[in-house]
Amino acid sequence: MPMFLSDALDALLQFQQALDTSRSSGWLGSSPSGSGSYPPLNVFRQGDDIVVIAEVPGVRKSDLQIEVKGRTIRIAGTKSVSYGEKSSVHRRERLAGRFDRALTLPLEIDAEKVKAECRDGILALHLPRAERDKPRAITLS
Amino acid sequence: MAESSQEMEAREKKELVSKEEKTVPARYFVPSTDIHETDDALIVVMEMPGVEKKDIAVDLENDVLRIDARIDTGKYQGLQPLYTEYNVGHFARSFTLSSKIDQQQISAELEDGVLTLTLKKTREAAPRRIEIG
Repeated sequence: MPMFLSDALDALLQFQQALDTSRSSGWLGSSPSGSGSYPPLNVFRQGDDIVVIAEVPGVRKSDLQIEVKGRTIRIAGTKSVSYGEKSSVHRRERLAGRFDRALTLPLEIDAEKVKAECRDGILALHLPRAERDKPRAITLS
Repeated sequence: MAESSQEMEAREKKELVSKEEKTVPARYFVPSTDIHETDDALIVVMEMPGVEKKDIAVDLENDVLRIDARIDTGKYQGLQPLYTEYNVGHFARSFTLSSKIDQQQISAELEDGVLTLTLKKTREAAPRRIEIG
């Protein structure tokens, strides 16, 4: 029983540790994509497919542009932050501006079946692997 | 500072280091916050992507405003990290408020992962305009 409880409490911590280890992953090693530009992306594997998640708080769906071509995905848009003229600012930490980022994946994706969802400031792209890219099992005769 | 003609840069999430430890062993992050003030209210805007309204707790006690927002890791079930640039976690932040806030009149709105808290000031706290003679 106690084991199960600590599992539920630690689930997030374990997930955070897993995310930390993937920080230095060379998965995107030889491609031109690099970190440092907005939005920061996390790339996951879900079975055979790839899921790309980005945090874009305050970006409306209408301000986002997603394009897919071959193995490259492009995430572009504008994040706007504005307040009324009659307010005096105490603290300003939120960033605003234009962003345009391309990510080249090391595998082929099926552009027709890509699904993009943007909710609660999280952009999630489901990229199914292209059929012809999947390895085929060879039967031994 | 943040001009719309410039290309945006990614910024590392700030981790929360506080005197009081959290009961949950996971890592907490500090949400980017803008605070501005109008004549009748203090407006606190915090970025907390991935948080739903039901998982936000806002408390105002002894002039300290405390916000605790939790994310739902269930959404990440079955996802194996391949390449990550940012970490994911709950958000918490607290501020000591200078103006007198009417505690009954705090309103909160959550849209696209951005929490906007409107803290109405008490009548006595409204600023008196000083005439320049």
